[in-house]
Amino acid sequence: MNRLDFNEIAADEVSRHFGRRRAVSRVTFKAGRGTILGLLGPNGAGKSTLLAMLATLLRPSSGTIRYGQSDAAAGPSLRARIGVLGHDLFLYPELTARENLAFFAGLYGIADPAAQARDALDRAGLAARADDPVSSLSRGMRQRVALERALIHDPRLALLDEPFTGLDDASTGALVGRLHALRASGAIVILATHDLDLAEGLLDCAIFLRDGRAVETVARPDRLRTTYRAVIGR
Amino acid sequence: MPKWFSPAVLVCGLMFVVSPFVIANAPYESTMGLVQKIFYYHMPSAWMFLTASLICGVASARFLATGTARYDRTAWASAEMAVLFGLLTLVTGPLWARRAWGTWWVWDARITSSLVGWMIAWAYLILRRYGGPGSEKLAAGLALFGMANVPFIYVSVNYWRTIHPATTVVPTLPFSMGFPLLFCLTAFLMLFVLLMKLRVRVALEQSRLDDIYLALDEQRL
Amino acid sequence: MLRAIWLIVRKDLTVEVRSREIAYTTLFFAVACVLVFAFSLVQEGRAAEGVGPGVLWMAIMFAGNLALGRTFERERQAETLRALLLAPAPRPAVYLGKLTGIVVLLAVTEAVLVPLVALLFQARLLAHPFWLAAVVATGTIGFAAVGTVFAAMLVRARSRDVLLPVLLYPITVPVIIAGVRATLALVQPDFNASLVQFWLALLVAFDVVFVTLALWTFEPVMTD
Repeated sequence: MNRLDFNEIAADEVSRHFGRRRAVSRVTFKAGRGTILGLLGPNGAGKSTLLAMLATLLRPSSGTIRYGQSDAAAGPSLRARIGVLGHDLFLYPELTARENLAFFAGLYGIADPAAQARDALDRAGLAARADDPVSSLSRGMRQRVALERALIHDPRLALLDEPFTGLDDASTGALVGRLHALRASGAIVILATHDLDLAEGLLDCAIFLRDGRAVETVARPDRLRTTYRAVIGR
Repeated sequence: MPKWFSPAVLVCGLMFVVSPFVIANAPYESTMGLVQKIFYYHMPSAWMFLTASLICGVASARFLATGTARYDRTAWASAEMAVLFGLLTLVTGPLWARRAWGTWWVWDARITSSLVGWMIAWAYLILRRYGGPGSEKLAAGLALFGMANVPFIYVSVNYWRTIHPATTVVPTLPFSMGFPLLFCLTAFLMLFVLLMKLRVRVALEQSRLDDIYLALDEQRL
Repeated sequence: MLRAIWLIVRKDLTVEVRSREIAYTTLFFAVACVLVFAFSLVQEGRAAEGVGPGVLWMAIMFAGNLALGRTFERERQAETLRALLLAPAPRPAVYLGKLTGIVVLLAVTEAVLVPLVALLFQARLLAHPFWLAAVVATGTIGFAAVGTVFAAMLVRARSRDVLLPVLLYPITVPVIIAGVRATLALVQPDFNASLVQFWLALLVAFDVVFVTLALWTFEPVMTD
């Protein structure tokens, strides 16, 4: 399968509206390889919509998103390099964790899906529960499987929507470790999160969104909570 | 609205007012008598229904291909026209049939195909109204499928009752009745164009209003 | 592309075999439909002449509508349809994969429906089994081809349950007409092969045209 590669993702004046409601308004940013970019903001700020546009699921109403030299029109070869962890987990509840992973691995053109699934399960620490239906797993375990599913094809761009939701301490630590590893391997990670404390040590760059607009962009953020309060208010 | 709009409305209205007189003066059709006159409204309605459906299908195809909002507005407007003129056709038809053949409904190929086509146009409007956001594309898909379906509907309905369809139940028009038909056809065509123009204009203004809201929203932030 | 289709079909069948929810409910619904028709149409212990084929196709269409709705509702729940669209699999592959799954499901239902209708309505449906299979297969494919596109389109829409039949039934009128007429010709004592062939040809043409149309429109209709 033809896999595109790119060194940075650039959003330029990206907007999206639904009828009269503006969900995202003229957001501009750039993120290069080996970066973890955070989208922070209250509910309804447009984080999920922005992520959907970056994932090529939604078309922007105006503005452009470029992946290196290409854009969303590149189609399958671009999608092969993007991994998405959504709000809803993108897992089939009736299938086992192993089957879910193997299915998506196959769909992403991986040569040996079963082996890849096995490795992913080991990484997630779920080898023991691999053959249980996903519906029988706890929320945290499902989140871990969903994350593996999102990353199983070694994406250049990883888009994570609230990945820390419902995770216990150990899983959170594991996820943070995973994100660091992703960064080290040269992936571009963009994540939307509410969890300011966690984000603090993690992010290379933070974009604060309110009402669809990027009100502040901070590189190397520290004291996120104070900045958040100052910028977002309330 | 363009300059020709108001005069055209006037002319069209006048034509409709005059039309009963024109029709009354048309030659009497030998077999069916007075009731045949409804044909002068029925046939133009049917032709406008078909035209509207065709426009809807083509505009939908172009909308799906290019995503330009103008085609979507045209498609929606023509779907409404199709439902309107289709309704006229389906009401005047049975009125005629009742007097001419004694039954309200005849499962004739053309009438039945029109009914199915009309229902597809109606389904289009229901989808636009109740489908929620994003229903423009879905409706365009429906219209395209509907247009592709026309030959199939016609053939299947035609051969539905019997493999040897009777020579058409609906007689073809003897052209000595040309002028009244032309007159009514012109009147209906004008009506169609005027309504389309009006409807597309309404849709355009709605979209402009949305843009203003969005711009205001931006200013406010 | 073929690999993607195969993966999707296998996944759908696995999911279905595990839960059997859609299969059982569709089957039960189809049988219930037939019963309702039986109570409505059978008088003095005998069905009216030639009612069997009509009942069969009505049951297929109602059950098909239900199966389509349920299949895509299931995809909607974990947003897995989005996941499929995110994957690099070509969109037509996703369409064909889902279509195959639906056709298989309906085939299973029809395998039960045909004998049931033949029994309850005293219709000699099984007189020419190969012709019947051809007619039912092409009709089902036509119905499912249109239904899969519409059901997929409606996943994100409001009022999706009620909109599917509203959109689907007018468009599949040729299928039901051709299906019923062909099946009716099959139960006649004087079997007229050319008549069945005519309707079969119509169904095949319908299938070809609409599967092609669906493959063209699936991508633009599913992208936002």
